[in-house]
Amino acid sequence: MFDRDKWREIFDTIRKNKLRTFLTGFSVAWGIFMLIILLGSGNGLQNGIKDQFKDSAVNSVWISGGQTSMPYKGFEAGRRIQMTNEDYDRAGSTIPGIEHISGRFWMWGSNMLSYKNEYGSFDISPVHPDYKYMERSVIVKGRFINELDIIRCRKVTVIGKIIQDILFKEEPPLGKYIKVNSVPFKVVGVFEDEGGDWEMRRVYVPISTAQKIFTGGNRINQISLTTGEASAEQAQEIISNIKGQLASKHKFDVEDQQALHIWNTQEEFSKFMNLMSSIRIFIWVIGIFTIIAGVVGVSNIMMIVVKDRTREVGIRKAIGASPWSIINLILMEAIMITAFSGYVGLVLGVGLLELISPFFTTSEYYFMNPEADLMVAVYATIVLIVAGAIAGLFPAIRAAKIKPILALRDE
Amino acid sequence: MITLSNLNKSYTVGKNSLHVLKGIDLEIGDGELVSVMGSSGSGKSTLLNILGMLDEYDTGQYLLEDKIIKDLSETKAAHLRNKYIGFVFQSFNLISFKNAMENVALPLYYQKVTRRKRNKIAMEYLDRMGLKEWAHHMPNELSGGQNQRIAIARALISKPKVILADEPTGALDSQTSYEVMDLFKEINKDGITVIIVTHEKDISERTERIIRLKDGIIGDDIRNGHNYN
Repeated sequence: MFDRDKWREIFDTIRKNKLRTFLTGFSVAWGIFMLIILLGSGNGLQNGIKDQFKDSAVNSVWISGGQTSMPYKGFEAGRRIQMTNEDYDRAGSTIPGIEHISGRFWMWGSNMLSYKNEYGSFDISPVHPDYKYMERSVIVKGRFINELDIIRCRKVTVIGKIIQDILFKEEPPLGKYIKVNSVPFKVVGVFEDEGGDWEMRRVYVPISTAQKIFTGGNRINQISLTTGEASAEQAQEIISNIKGQLASKHKFDVEDQQALHIWNTQEEFSKFMNLMSSIRIFIWVIGIFTIIAGVVGVSNIMMIVVKDRTREVGIRKAIGASPWSIINLILMEAIMITAFSGYVGLVLGVGLLELISPFFTTSEYYFMNPEADLMVAVYATIVLIVAGAIAGLFPAIRAAKIKPILALRDE
Repeated sequence: MITLSNLNKSYTVGKNSLHVLKGIDLEIGDGELVSVMGSSGSGKSTLLNILGMLDEYDTGQYLLEDKIIKDLSETKAAHLRNKYIGFVFQSFNLISFKNAMENVALPLYYQKVTRRKRNKIAMEYLDRMGLKEWAHHMPNELSGGQNQRIAIARALISKPKVILADEPTGALDSQTSYEVMDLFKEINKDGITVIIVTHEKDISERTERIIRLKDGIIGDDIRNGHNYN
């Protein structure tokens, strides 16, 4: 089947009928080209969305107190729910499946930080040690808050890179004391965060310290936790457990949707991922139909080609070509044209994606790094070759059935 | 080498059936130079097609070199054609996008001869036809006479036992026609049976045996002036 002579026959024919070959191949090349562009764009969309989510750990749950909307056990609706250290302790120690958990409370107010002559107003976040898993923060110097800091209510702080640049400039910050709302705190670490500049205009302090010094009491505004390897269902269970605990402790109806604000990034993320899957399927469907159109185009043209070459086929048969040899001739030509133009479409598609890729390296427009999966491209080309064979089969059988005497009759 | 016994052939055209060959009995021996004549519709082309296994017959028997030719598969027929028969047509029937050499070499391609070898042999035949310088020209760049000679070279290259020519001089002027007939005579001297279908008297007179078809059967069968029918 692969003897050189046959290929030369086919190439000869193709070479001497360039326009016809081009027309045949064009629809196929176009089909693959469109498929690659669509798939690449789909990937670009997916990457962009994934990137936008980079800021938070994917499997995190964020709970903050809200306002009841339903009356419960004698209490009116409209009650503010305020979480406490107790809630944090209880959840952390009794609920299975929680990987990391941290409390946090907001510090409103002007929050002045100063070092020597430099100062500025920044965000102060009192947290537990596990908080470092909640944001995608990376410690670049020193360490994060630890258990001992919490237990001993130490006045230590971990500062964002931007704060280091503003307050310390070139000076190494570790071990130095900065004034946090006029209270000296020792810098024990510096962090960076991919989430953006505003994430790094922040200092973390031990929550126990902040509760003692700044606000008193045991108030917590937010509990955040990660669910590790838990599935979507398991994560939901964890959330229900916490809701149950908080509902019974703070006396609100567990069905009350407003009593707590719960943000489950996994859920949101899965929603987007489902959307992406749907979009992907949609793209494939379009791609496949485009390819089908291409294949029909090839088949069409091959039919015409066979008609065109009736006399030639008749001559070949008169000279001694077997029906198999004729089928082979037509079929191989169809497959060659399909495979080759498929390849051209592939190269052009990938090339175009490479060309526009440099303009989309950030996820600003929810579109980043549009690349087509190479395996997909390979599968698509194989599909094409098979399709080419199918497309060429009917014309080929037709050609084989040509009666030489009819073919050779003077037209 | 060719024996036809009571051969019948009908064509169905729509609802009508045309009985073209109505019982042909014919024997052609090795190395004969025969012409088959007859008016339009007498069945001479049909007869030639059956001899060349390009068409099937209904009843009777066709023996070629003692092989019964009946109900052959397309593949078998193609194989036998390639081995025993060379065709020459009125309209030459060369492949338009191949040059002279490639056209002549084509039958050898179906005998699985390698490219280099068959091109070499093709050049030899072209040389014999006096067309060596035209080997790389396309058919549409050559005259009718030259094209027919290329077609004849193509018919000869597979070393057939029989050459079947259907109005080979039909598209040529008289001078060229006579040249082609001289060519057939030469080929015949090498021992190849040549059967020519023609309606031209002066062409048939250049053969050794004239068979006349009339109304689907053999009328006259003249050899050396003597009618054997």
